[in-house]
Amino acid sequence: MNVDSIRDGIVIDHISAGCGMKLYRLLGLEALEVPVAMITHVASEKRGRKDIIKIDADIPVDFNVIGYVDPGATVNIIRNGELREKKQIDMPEMLVNVISCKNPRCISSCEQELEQVFRLANREKKEYRCIYCETKAAGL
Amino acid sequence: MRSVIDVPDLSLSELDALMDTAEDIIARPDDYADACRRKKLATLFFEPSTRTRLSFEAAMYELGGNVLSVTGAGTSSAAKGESVADTVKTVSCYADLIAMRHPKEGAALVAARNASVPVINAGDGGHCHPTQTLADLLTIRREKGRLGNLTVGLCGDLKFGRTVHSLIGALSRYEGLSFILISPEELKVPSYVKNDHLKKNGIPYQQTTSLEEAIGGLDILYMTRVQRERFFNEEDYLRLRDSYILTPEKLKKARPDLCVMHPLPRVNEISVAVDEDPRACYFKQVLNGKYMRMALILMLLKEAGKL
Repeated sequence: MNVDSIRDGIVIDHISAGCGMKLYRLLGLEALEVPVAMITHVASEKRGRKDIIKIDADIPVDFNVIGYVDPGATVNIIRNGELREKKQIDMPEMLVNVISCKNPRCISSCEQELEQVFRLANREKKEYRCIYCETKAAGL
Repeated sequence: MRSVIDVPDLSLSELDALMDTAEDIIARPDDYADACRRKKLATLFFEPSTRTRLSFEAAMYELGGNVLSVTGAGTSSAAKGESVADTVKTVSCYADLIAMRHPKEGAALVAARNASVPVINAGDGGHCHPTQTLADLLTIRREKGRLGNLTVGLCGDLKFGRTVHSLIGALSRYEGLSFILISPEELKVPSYVKNDHLKKNGIPYQQTTSLEEAIGGLDILYMTRVQRERFFNEEDYLRLRDSYILTPEKLKKARPDLCVMHPLPRVNEISVAVDEDPRACYFKQVLNGKYMRMALILMLLKEAGKL
């Protein structure tokens, strides 16, 4: 399968196989009117199988979302068809307006225009908790 | 602007200082009678509360201050759909300090982030109720003379009781504590509370279903209510409810210097006959709550440069 190289844009590589679509949705890529390629279950030396997302446009991407979905992913910034920068992504300490608290008793369920904020509570378990009510974030 | 949303917002030295102030107020109340003269506390209570609101208001009056009071969401602008953020921004224009109770968890944090005066969380849903824990700590210190080297029994609903979780967290910061967790299987302390406080700090604890077996080894017995709505069937509720009623008979097995506490209100989990026992400390706890709220009001107003 061939997917053309991109000239100015972003390649999110080494995404755990099966996580690509979750990342695609959380990054809001479906709303973009730019070429985006989602390649799933590609053979990978390091991971066996991996997903890749290629975005053929110079757009801002929330790296915290990538770190939340898959801290093992890498981000390659492409300019003029060449690799400009390679970023290793880490789990963010805070997630703002990425996911929503599911606790109906949480103030974030009713307060007007309140940011949805989660903090990293346990790095080993990849556990995020709502800063308002301490409810654990639902799994992806 | 410094606010108090939960007990960990206060360091151990600040807790000690608050308790020292409270003790000083108890010893010399006249010295504090005008401490907050011309200052105003707004008590915003968006859900029913009798004791906590009155305690805050009594605390402010005894400091010589004044109180602006809102009780019940139905009588405030919240009924018109006003946000917590807008409410506290408005109230900040009138008051020097806000004590707020709200049914939604995290409402106090939202208030603290938006108010331009200090906010004290007077209970946000089932989440936190820090001034209850302050009352508990002062009661233990006054009754036992220390907050470390104690065997603390917690009895009743240990799963949903926010005061129990908060007290475990607060006491876990002191040396030499051990806990005996007395509850039905259905209402045991959640594992995250045990992991975050007890296991993490290497604090010894035992879990048991029998109050009678545990009571003889305790320095503190903290009773809580077993609530009917937590059970799937009435039969289990009735069976368990009765095993956690503290009676003079059960107290015969306890140490003579046991301190019996309860965050109140009680329903039937402590027999009224126990009230006459010198080991019953739950009404002292209520009074201590007022003194700790006085100390907290003073601390926050001083830090805000208002005193």
